[in-house]
Amino acid sequence: MLMGLFNDWVVILLMMIGLYIVIAHGNLIKKIIGLTIFQTSVFIFYISMANVEGATAPILADKVTLYSNPLPHVLILTAIVVGIATTALGLTLVVRIKEAYGSIEEQDIQHQDHLLSAEKEKGKQV
Amino acid sequence: MLVAVATIRMKDLFATIMLVGIYGLLSASFFVAMDAVDVAFTEAAVGAGISTLLMLVAITMTGRSENTTRHKPLLALVVVVITGGLLIYGTLDMPYFGAKDAPIHTHVAPRYINDSKQEIGVQNIVTSVLASYRAFDTLGEVVVIFTAGIGVLALLSVAHPARQNEKSDKIESYNDSMHKQHLVVRIVAKMLIPFILLFALYVQFHGDFGPGGGFQAGVIFAAAIILYTMLFGINTARRVINQSFIQLIAATGVLLYASVGVVSMLNGGNFLDYNVLSLNPIAGQHLGILLIELGVGCTVASVMTIIFFNLADRREMQLSIKKHRKKDKDSTPC
Repeated sequence: MLMGLFNDWVVILLMMIGLYIVIAHGNLIKKIIGLTIFQTSVFIFYISMANVEGATAPILADKVTLYSNPLPHVLILTAIVVGIATTALGLTLVVRIKEAYGSIEEQDIQHQDHLLSAEKEKGKQV
Repeated sequence: MLVAVATIRMKDLFATIMLVGIYGLLSASFFVAMDAVDVAFTEAAVGAGISTLLMLVAITMTGRSENTTRHKPLLALVVVVITGGLLIYGTLDMPYFGAKDAPIHTHVAPRYINDSKQEIGVQNIVTSVLASYRAFDTLGEVVVIFTAGIGVLALLSVAHPARQNEKSDKIESYNDSMHKQHLVVRIVAKMLIPFILLFALYVQFHGDFGPGGGFQAGVIFAAAIILYTMLFGINTARRVINQSFIQLIAATGVLLYASVGVVSMLNGGNFLDYNVLSLNPIAGQHLGILLIELGVGCTVASVMTIIFFNLADRREMQLSIKKHRKKDKDSTPC
């Protein structure tokens, strides 16, 4: 009976794994991977929503009357490509951060920022 | 299936990225099982192919090991568990999987399924919704992709040709030595690349009848170019495909898309209403969808190529700088 919701639970599990990675890992690349997992879980959610029991793919053919819902397919199709474009943008930002700070660990970066701002304040006082 | 992969991936390192690739492929097969063939197509090309590649290029620049200390893992776990619990509580009201009377299937979807044959005349409903009913949405998405491409360009483009010329000989000799090692792969890839390109074109123009269309075709096309770049080096690839040329194509794709809309407005219809493009509404729809998919394909393919080229270029530049530094260090003691 409750098996009807199994897909949703898998989606939530994946989503939470993604969220956990984003929060708990300091490595920026790892964070982006976490975001990707989160993103894919949303895709899976939409696609499993579109499914109709006993239906076929939404390509019109003779003798077939039941199709799965095409609208979520369209949304997700474009979202995947947009997702990879934005992920690429994130990766380039990480690369630039690595060049500027010499590290992609969140803690190191924050540490360096603290040092910098402390130095600046000292400069102001002098 | 998905759960298994997802839990392994908590481990660190280079292997995670490989796992992401596998995950992409698995979710693609899941989409096939859910009758979403178009989506599966895209996910297989993007999730298993391009995203893995881009991440690999990125970690060659940023280092592959991860600092193992987590900050506040317990707090994160608590947040995650609470959010997850709330979401699961929310799902209890959801319609069951595969139910025919779920609200999502009763609103606009019946119109797409029942009337698109008469209104658009395209067999693949996904294509007709993508390129005709919701063409304005798709225009927005294409613009987002284009903007991401511009962002990458702005962040990474290497803008000192003078320095590059001076170094290019050394880089090339370095490349040659590296790429000669992969003789078998190179020959096989050389044979495959034309077919991949041909397949991309087929996917592009066959989107009306089967799964396919501009997004998928663009990604596959870009994958072929990226394969070539990986095997023969960025400099060879640049000689084949000019960077400013692809930038031009990326812009032309968006322009083509938008101008189809403007033309249909000039012909007396709404923005992106293709019925007026031709005397026969169905023929007009066909023409409009064809042009728009072409625009999408151009933009997606060239933006992906731009992104990869710039990342690879950065890497080449970093390598050459490192080499120079090493040489300087070596030469000073003498």
